[in-house]
Amino acid sequence: MTALLETRGVWQRFGGLVANSDVSISVGRGEIVGLIGPNGAGKSTLFNLIAGVLPPTQGSILFDGEDVTQMPAAQRCQRGVGRTFQVVKSFETMTVIDNVIVGALVRNTVMREARRKAHEVLEFTGLAARADVLASDLVPAEKRRLEVARALATEPKLLLLDEVLTGLTPTEAQTGVALVRKVRDTGITVLMVEHVMEIVMPLVDRAIVLDLGKVLVEGKPADVVRDPKVIKAYLGDRHAVGA
Amino acid sequence: MDKEFAARRRRDLIIAAVLAGIAALTPLFVKDVVVQNILILTLMYAGLSQSWNILSGYCGQISLGHALYFGLGAYTTELLFTKFGVLPWFGMLAGGVVSALIAMGLGYPFFRLRGHYFVIATIVIAEIGLLLFHNWDWAGAAMGITIPIRGDSWLKFQFLRTKLPYFYFALALCCLAWFVTWWLEDSKWGFWWRAVKDNPDAAESLGVDVFNSKMGAAAVSAFLVAVGGSFYAQFVSYIDPESVMGFQFSLLMALPAVLGGIGTLWGPVLGAAILIPLTELTRFKFGGSGRGVDLIVYGTLIVLISLALPRGLLSLFSRPKKTGAAR
Amino acid sequence: MGLLYGLIAVGLALIFGLMDVTNFAHGEFLMIAMYLSFFLFAFFAIDPLLSAPLVAAALFIFGAVVYLLIVRFAMRAKANAGMVQIFTTFGLAIVMRGLAQFFFTPDYRSIPHSWLGGKTISIAGIFLPEPQLVGALVSILAFVGLYFFIHRTDFGRALEATREDPGAVALVGIDKNRVFAFGWGLGAALVGLAGAIMASFFYIYPDVGASFALIAYVTVALGGFGSVFGAFAGGIIVGLVEATTALVLPPSLKSVGIYAVYLLVVFIRPRGLFGSI
Repeated sequence: MTALLETRGVWQRFGGLVANSDVSISVGRGEIVGLIGPNGAGKSTLFNLIAGVLPPTQGSILFDGEDVTQMPAAQRCQRGVGRTFQVVKSFETMTVIDNVIVGALVRNTVMREARRKAHEVLEFTGLAARADVLASDLVPAEKRRLEVARALATEPKLLLLDEVLTGLTPTEAQTGVALVRKVRDTGITVLMVEHVMEIVMPLVDRAIVLDLGKVLVEGKPADVVRDPKVIKAYLGDRHAVGA
Repeated sequence: MDKEFAARRRRDLIIAAVLAGIAALTPLFVKDVVVQNILILTLMYAGLSQSWNILSGYCGQISLGHALYFGLGAYTTELLFTKFGVLPWFGMLAGGVVSALIAMGLGYPFFRLRGHYFVIATIVIAEIGLLLFHNWDWAGAAMGITIPIRGDSWLKFQFLRTKLPYFYFALALCCLAWFVTWWLEDSKWGFWWRAVKDNPDAAESLGVDVFNSKMGAAAVSAFLVAVGGSFYAQFVSYIDPESVMGFQFSLLMALPAVLGGIGTLWGPVLGAAILIPLTELTRFKFGGSGRGVDLIVYGTLIVLISLALPRGLLSLFSRPKKTGAAR
Repeated sequence: MGLLYGLIAVGLALIFGLMDVTNFAHGEFLMIAMYLSFFLFAFFAIDPLLSAPLVAAALFIFGAVVYLLIVRFAMRAKANAGMVQIFTTFGLAIVMRGLAQFFFTPDYRSIPHSWLGGKTISIAGIFLPEPQLVGALVSILAFVGLYFFIHRTDFGRALEATREDPGAVALVGIDKNRVFAFGWGLGAALVGLAGAIMASFFYIYPDVGASFALIAYVTVALGGFGSVFGAFAGGIIVGLVEATTALVLPPSLKSVGIYAVYLLVVFIRPRGLFGSI
């Protein structure tokens, strides 16, 4: 079977700055893939290219066997790409359930069904008790979970998670990890960007390390963390020798 | 929870029906023409503000140029009537359609603008419209159009001896705008609009067609406002550019919603019920002096209310939100 | 004329750029300045040109007071901050117009026989109206002064810094409110200057501000909100466009040209010509 997501020789330039150069990655169905790398490695750019925020300068992006390179974000969402935002973007003046209904409307045109779907997702993500609270009144960890819930309500094939585990307390992060596993168990493929390796490595099936806009290393998490190139990229030369 | 929600929707509908019923009976007790006039204007502005609220409150595209659609409605109706003998009822529809089309045409370039740039563009376009009508000889230019009065007639929607038909039409318009809002609030469009207002990027990522959401809101909003404009033209039976397209209309459509609670179902009605009688009364009481007391009172109130109640008067009634800690 | 528009607009741009607040009462500030100038002339026979600094100083105080008494609170609003600002300043504008009607009556007034009024000067055979010329000169001086003020003095830098990061500035011990009040004062003083000059060749009446306010907003937006240089450039463009439209269209349509150019510019550059935000 073909990969669910594939990028072929993707470049992104902002003026003179090259954020991604010749990035070719693929994500298979049912995988949890971690996209990691130090600050400024081009993770977020690649993430936004896949989500459809902007088209790449060069190269192509294939989703579910279809070329989606030029497709705007809203249409990709209809094709089955769901995403969260690194800086949470809740609909602040709407209640939690209403936030999720917006997502559910992609596949449910009848309000009653969209609402039922939204409740289901809230139950799944553990936000059911907060359904009628305004999104602006949620605590940060809940807002992150709301982002995931909203994306799940669109019934994605691929869920893009942008640093959903960063900045959480250890307990909150554990709950988050459990949620990601649960999501995968329902058959949804997950591609997650994380900056902190410790959190994601135990969770992902495969890790792709970006550095300076290029794919540095790709492989099983256990191998990746031991790779001298990765250690060097993260910690600088000094530590690489010791490792 | 779903039941609670459904109950709330039903309750809103019942309250609206009761209020409309009470309003419909007021002419039985209120015979004073001045008061009837105020009631008609109040209902009209409630309806207009409700329509404005669709684009600016729900969808978050603050327009201070809705006078354009109001004027277009008035002019389309009266031009069709005086030049081609088309009955105002059809003119009203035509005005609505023309306005909706123009709103969508303007939407193409306008909706790329954000924040203040958008607001100023809306003011500017209404001002351009005003100036063009001022110089358009065929449409009466600065002289405007006087609607020939040929006696009371439902067909021509003009009445000399009684204001009651106008009253009921204004009431119907207000109810229509309210009902459209109520209906759209729990629809895909309603959710899309609020999502676009709160965060267009997030909305986009959830499959919301941001651009078309704005277009839809603009069309509905402009259509209803234009119908209001047609009505107003029939009601005052004389129009000129200033008196139907002046900036004050843009302001008077926005203020009730802002005062009552922007982006809410009841805000515009509540705001209009307080603001319009107040406007008319201050004008009536102090305005004759030409000394601006009405403006002072009016302006002070706007400042105070916007400062004290940023969410509008409606926020006084809403129960405190449940904000307990997470489980 | 364009330079005067620029002067009016720069005051607005300063306030906007500093605090992200649009002052919808800006036109009324202008109106007040014109009346001040008028009364100084009527009672003390001080020519508008001489009273200009006085008027600017008075407007400075007025602007600062308006900020401290009203705008400060509008900026604190938790919900609908944008709407609250728009409608508070709108409300203020209405009150000011009302007060002007109340105290000054709606009559049109003008300053007869001022030093500048109605005179023309001939330069190389071209007759130019004196007031406009002096206005242009004063405007240029004010721009240059403002430029140096913002870029060369401590307080100017404090203004810039507060605009960029009010929180950090507070840590350094600068009182945000003082800086903002000063910014409002400065913005008002600039429009005061413009008002004093315009008083010598425009009719003065309570609604006079409204006719210039929209053009001022357009000017600012044309240049790009928050860019003082943009407002200056915007002013010149607006002046030129107005003069050009006056040649081809009837006078009543001259503003249409300005508006059309504004729309054209923002459609191509949604952030104005020199806008950064």
